[in-house]
Amino acid sequence: MAQPDSPANQEAHWKKTTNLMLTHLGIWFFFGYIVHMFVKPLNTIIIPILGFPLGFYMAAQGSLIVFVAQLFIFAKQQNKIDREFGYAEED
Amino acid sequence: MATQTAPATSADAFYKQLGRMYGTYTGGFISFIVLLAILEQLGTPNRVLGYLFVFFTLAVYAIIGVMTRTAQISEYYVAGRRVPAFYNGMATGADWMSAASFVGMAGSLFLLGYDGLAWVLGWTGGFVLVSILVGPYLRKFGAYTVPDFMSFRYGGNFARFLAVIVLVCCSFTYVTAQIYGTGIIASRFLGMQFEIAVFVGLVGILLCAMLGGMRAVTWTQIAQYIVLIIAYLVPIVILSTQHYGIPIPELTYGRAIAEITAREQQLVKDGLAVLCTQQACPPGTLRPHLQPFMNYTPLNFFGIIFCMMVGTASLPHILMRYFTTPSVKEARDSVAWSLLFIFLLYFSAPAYAAFSKLEVYTNIIGRDLNTIRPWLFQWGELGLIQICGKNAVNLQAVLDACKGIANHPGVLRFQDFVINTDVIVLSTPEIAGLPYVISGLVAAGGLAAALSTADGLLLAIANALSHDVYYKMIDPNAPTIRRLTVARVLLFFVAVASAALAATKPSDILAMVGWAFSLAMAGNFPALVLGIWWKRTTTQAAIAGMMAGWGICLFYLITSRYFPQAGINYFGMSSLLNPETRQPLVNVAQILADPKWAADVPASAANPLANRVGWFDLNNINCGLLGMPLGFLVMIVVSHFTPEPSKEMQALVDEIRKPRGKTVLEEKT
Repeated sequence: MAQPDSPANQEAHWKKTTNLMLTHLGIWFFFGYIVHMFVKPLNTIIIPILGFPLGFYMAAQGSLIVFVAQLFIFAKQQNKIDREFGYAEED
Repeated sequence: MATQTAPATSADAFYKQLGRMYGTYTGGFISFIVLLAILEQLGTPNRVLGYLFVFFTLAVYAIIGVMTRTAQISEYYVAGRRVPAFYNGMATGADWMSAASFVGMAGSLFLLGYDGLAWVLGWTGGFVLVSILVGPYLRKFGAYTVPDFMSFRYGGNFARFLAVIVLVCCSFTYVTAQIYGTGIIASRFLGMQFEIAVFVGLVGILLCAMLGGMRAVTWTQIAQYIVLIIAYLVPIVILSTQHYGIPIPELTYGRAIAEITAREQQLVKDGLAVLCTQQACPPGTLRPHLQPFMNYTPLNFFGIIFCMMVGTASLPHILMRYFTTPSVKEARDSVAWSLLFIFLLYFSAPAYAAFSKLEVYTNIIGRDLNTIRPWLFQWGELGLIQICGKNAVNLQAVLDACKGIANHPGVLRFQDFVINTDVIVLSTPEIAGLPYVISGLVAAGGLAAALSTADGLLLAIANALSHDVYYKMIDPNAPTIRRLTVARVLLFFVAVASAALAATKPSDILAMVGWAFSLAMAGNFPALVLGIWWKRTTTQAAIAGMMAGWGICLFYLITSRYFPQAGINYFGMSSLLNPETRQPLVNVAQILADPKWAADVPASAANPLANRVGWFDLNNINCGLLGMPLGFLVMIVVSHFTPEPSKEMQALVDEIRKPRGKTVLEEKT
């Protein structure tokens, strides 16, 4: 591992952080917008047993569940990156 | 800096103690509900139950507020930075969910159907942006307020001053809506006069926020979250069990939606409702619950989602909650917990809407007037439900009103029935035939939601005025005691001013809240994000960008709301379009020719042009959609033409990006 405060280490840490940010921004954009652009075709699919049309379900629950899960996963991933480069807090 | 970096063991003890405390509190609250239920069976009048509910909960919040009062600066501004992620998540949940969420959201979903989900999506997905773009970095920076960051990153007090203006403007708009909501709930359930109810709510808010600042507000908000989530979920869980035998309404309302759709088709077939179509879609026509884009055009639908999401990541009273965690890692965890706690309410709101709509479509509309269910008359008395154009006070009034309409079939038609959206959540206990104690519980929950948000907002405003304006700009040598006194005095005056404004009923809570989000987004978001993610952003660029973005948003908002005539004549605005028929909502030429409306400057709420004109068919709630891109553009362009920030500043930005180490900004304590 490089010295924690060397510019190279700092840069590598930030590059990885930025990539993680872009990945999650992509997921966020997909479930916040793209899915809902297809609400009409998705509504022709009815979720079995529950009876929700899929397009409606995604806006009412599906995307929300993704956001919650995404945030817990993001927190874990970013911590891992911080530890990897020696930038995690000692606690 | 003398921070309390307590060793792990004592932090654990603190955490365990919190669990026990709030566990006991939750148990106590449930026993209290049971006790009141017993009292009700023994014949205690409803009014007394309502008073007991409201005053008991208010007293508990006040006691917590007094017990956790503080005279220490870092406790007052950031709760000593030792609120564990889980509890901070709960506090943020209460901070976030306001009267608009608790009382108004389900009602909007009832009216708007699918299109209302734009609000649900917008008010949840924003936390993704808080976590990945802004929150944890501001925690590492170590600010007391959002303007602290702006001032530090962008060369001093002018940027601080701009940030304070943005903060005060959006928080004040928002807090007025909350106090208004407190007044509505208290007046409905306690039978108080609206204006008095507003000031009673104010006392509760001040007791918590004034004495103990962030510390007291944090521990009270957790208590308020517990009350509001129990209150929101209990009625709907019972209703779901009654209807479908499964106590998870979020799963069962799919069937309710299928029934609603079938019922809608039946109503149209029977001639009891007129369908909104592309040929004609006047008010009073039926818009199917599942059909997208009948109330908002796709542009405005996605615009609301975007503005609410980005606004979330720009609202100071939310961002400052993440200043209180012990570490950057916990700030990140805390955002995830926040969204989980918020999610519990938001994914239940559409169930409320569906169950209420099914009740209305089966037991009210399409029924012989003589057999209408009686629960609605109580709301008719308050003027919240109208049938055949008159308040549905009792059966006779309804029969008389409908008799006055030519060719009325004697069966209630879709267009005869008008319901105020606030009724949906508040009336669910009655629809389900539950005892009054549940109604009282719902009122207590709504009050908790309004009070907790108002607390957070008032604190954000008062902190900005006392810390940023008074301490940082006017008297940097002010001693601690004086700074806190100034904070408390200002808090008091801001609260009284917003209560006074709320007492005038400025109307439409949802729109006011939407404006606050758009203003925050246009003013703060580009400067915050670029300040952290792009070292090259210069002071001049940030200042120009904030002014341009926020300015255009404010201009669009004020012109389309208050000066639509000038907007049409001088700024090229035109009528917004009906989403379904694509025809203008209002006939601009005809209204401008009418001397009554032409002279109505600034436009009153009754003016048919108010809120109905704009550019590109863009609703003024979405003014952030103009402001934020402009802000980004100006910041990027101007940065390229101004000299690069100093090496020291760039090194400090690097520091913000690394969780380890001391906070960048160190405060004298």
